[in-house]
Amino acid sequence: MDKPIRVLVAKPGLDGHDRGAKMIARALRDAGMEVIYTGLRQTPEQIVAAAIQEDVDIIGMSILSGAHNHLFPKVIGLLKEQDAEDIMVIAGGVIPEDDIPALKEAGVAAIFTPGALTTEIVQFIRDNVKR
Amino acid sequence: MFDKEKFEQLKEARKNWEEKDLNKSLSRSPERKEEFKTGSGDIVERLYTPEDIDDLDYMEEIGLPGQYPYTRGYQPTMYRGRLWTMRMYAGFSTAEESNKRYKFLVDQGSTGLSVAFDLPTQIGYDSDHPLAEGEVGKVGVAIDSLADMEILFDGINLEKVSTSMTINSPASVLLAMYIAVADKQGVSPEKLRGTIQNDILKEYIARGTYIYPTEESMRLITDIFEYCSKNVPQWNTISISGYHIREAGSTAAQEVGFTLADGIAYVEAAIKAGLDVDSFAPRLSFFFNAHNDLLEEVAKYRAARRLWAKIMKERFGAKKPQSMMLKFHTQTGGSTLTAQQPDNNIVRVAIQTLAAVLGGTQSLHTNSKDEALALPTEDSVRIALRTQQIVAHESGVTNTVDPLAGSYYVEAKTKEIEDKAMEYITKIDELGGAPRAIDAGYIQKEITDAAYKYQMDVEKGDVVVVGMNKFKVTEKAPQGLLKVDPMVGEMQKKKLVELKEKRDNQAVTEKLTALKKACEGTENVMPYIVEAVREYATLGEICDVMREVFGEYEQSVML
Repeated sequence: MDKPIRVLVAKPGLDGHDRGAKMIARALRDAGMEVIYTGLRQTPEQIVAAAIQEDVDIIGMSILSGAHNHLFPKVIGLLKEQDAEDIMVIAGGVIPEDDIPALKEAGVAAIFTPGALTTEIVQFIRDNVKR
Repeated sequence: MFDKEKFEQLKEARKNWEEKDLNKSLSRSPERKEEFKTGSGDIVERLYTPEDIDDLDYMEEIGLPGQYPYTRGYQPTMYRGRLWTMRMYAGFSTAEESNKRYKFLVDQGSTGLSVAFDLPTQIGYDSDHPLAEGEVGKVGVAIDSLADMEILFDGINLEKVSTSMTINSPASVLLAMYIAVADKQGVSPEKLRGTIQNDILKEYIARGTYIYPTEESMRLITDIFEYCSKNVPQWNTISISGYHIREAGSTAAQEVGFTLADGIAYVEAAIKAGLDVDSFAPRLSFFFNAHNDLLEEVAKYRAARRLWAKIMKERFGAKKPQSMMLKFHTQTGGSTLTAQQPDNNIVRVAIQTLAAVLGGTQSLHTNSKDEALALPTEDSVRIALRTQQIVAHESGVTNTVDPLAGSYYVEAKTKEIEDKAMEYITKIDELGGAPRAIDAGYIQKEITDAAYKYQMDVEKGDVVVVGMNKFKVTEKAPQGLLKVDPMVGEMQKKKLVELKEKRDNQAVTEKLTALKKACEGTENVMPYIVEAVREYATLGEICDVMREVFGEYEQSVML
């Protein structure tokens, strides 16, 4: 039998809005994935360390505070530094359309904005995680 | 509540109606759905009649406005006397930028200020702290010291305006800065009017800007209660907030139950610290959400008012009527806004405005149509403010007090929400009170369960969100959103360097040392914080002193 997909759901930065992160975490769990949720106020360093330690396939980050342009690329940079680029990164939150191309360029595989369905996110992960 | 004979006639008529008229109608055209539910997922009956409120004693449960239990409002004349305060929550970038926005709002007819701080400020970090990187000036204004606060209120007379500040863990520091700015304007503390949010329990539950552990946070809050009762008597020392609990996904009844349970914890803490309940309770204020289910929301505010009055009178033995009056600010529901077809949000906000006003709010912030996408532009804020002005001056709902009272549905719903909220309070009492229930993760889990159920209902299409899961169109990316200057962080850092060169650093050290001693002992810390901010000690420096003595809160992570 296939090993279940392992996901780290993380809240980087100082933002306390965790409704979205918790909804995604529960939905992924209900879809049969193994989910680790970090809780609030994680630094990029903490997120990358947790992802490597927990041997996850994918990191999902949520930011609603506007700090995404700073924090998402930082996590990806640290993953590269630690030879953990095989861990896919997806993101969600209040991310203006204008910021999305640069974030994708930086290596965020997909960005889900308000109104996205959890089923879409589950499907994206199943279709794209490298096993 | 009704004449017995007439009541029997009604019962009989109702039976006949169900057998004949209703059945005929249903067999010809069935109803659209098997079950009808409120926004919170509670069942709504087809019809409400006097039967549904027969056990309500009018004088005991509803009464007259301005009289216990204040179901109909806390003043006899409500909006016939004075309209609610139109208070738009605003703040971004630097103090200079935010000061401009406040002047714009006052110019457009706003009647109170409401300050949004950025996340580093809310968590007690200066703009040059490593964790502040990328966050400075983003969701609110960056305030590092009294110098920023002086700019923020430049040209705004603090004797004339009432100011609400959304600040919790560092509430004592920002209040101290406000007092110091007022002093420089020649306005004494007893003339100051406004509110600090200062509600740490809901930060642990739902909002996330906590710093210190529970017990130490509760001490800071009671220190503020005591200090203000003596020195800043017109200041609302806390805004006990259901807003963020609802935004996190709670139901309406949970919003009331969890918020009042938090309120009970603050009252208990202050009484335990030796304060007389009537010395601080009149300055407690509340903050609720306004969602789309108009009648459920109106019932919610009425239920909250009645339940709080009973709690203060019966549980805490309050004597002053002012101690029993639940006064509240409302904000329309951010989580109800859609990123899709954002113009539709104007309509949602109008419905929510009506809910708050028909529920008897004392002040109101209306969200702007673009807030699911970014901070609002001036143009969209103007529409949001105009929405309040249209309800106030054109809709007619302000002409009479509590106009929906006596509606069989609204009264039955008010009672239902009150009962459900009371069940949550009883459960939380059994767990040892709100702080313990939060540490155990009970409240957070109840909210997450409700939020997940709602999310699944939306995804299944059982709940319709217009423009998002039904009536969709292909849209172009929205244009003209507000962007915060990415250089704000650098500007604030530069200001900090200059400040630390200019100020009397020895005086700062002395004041911080004195504050540390007060924190270690049992003295009220407020006077020491006021002294420190006057010497331009920074917010981060002051909060670091308290972090050192008090330690930091550790979140219990719950899914």
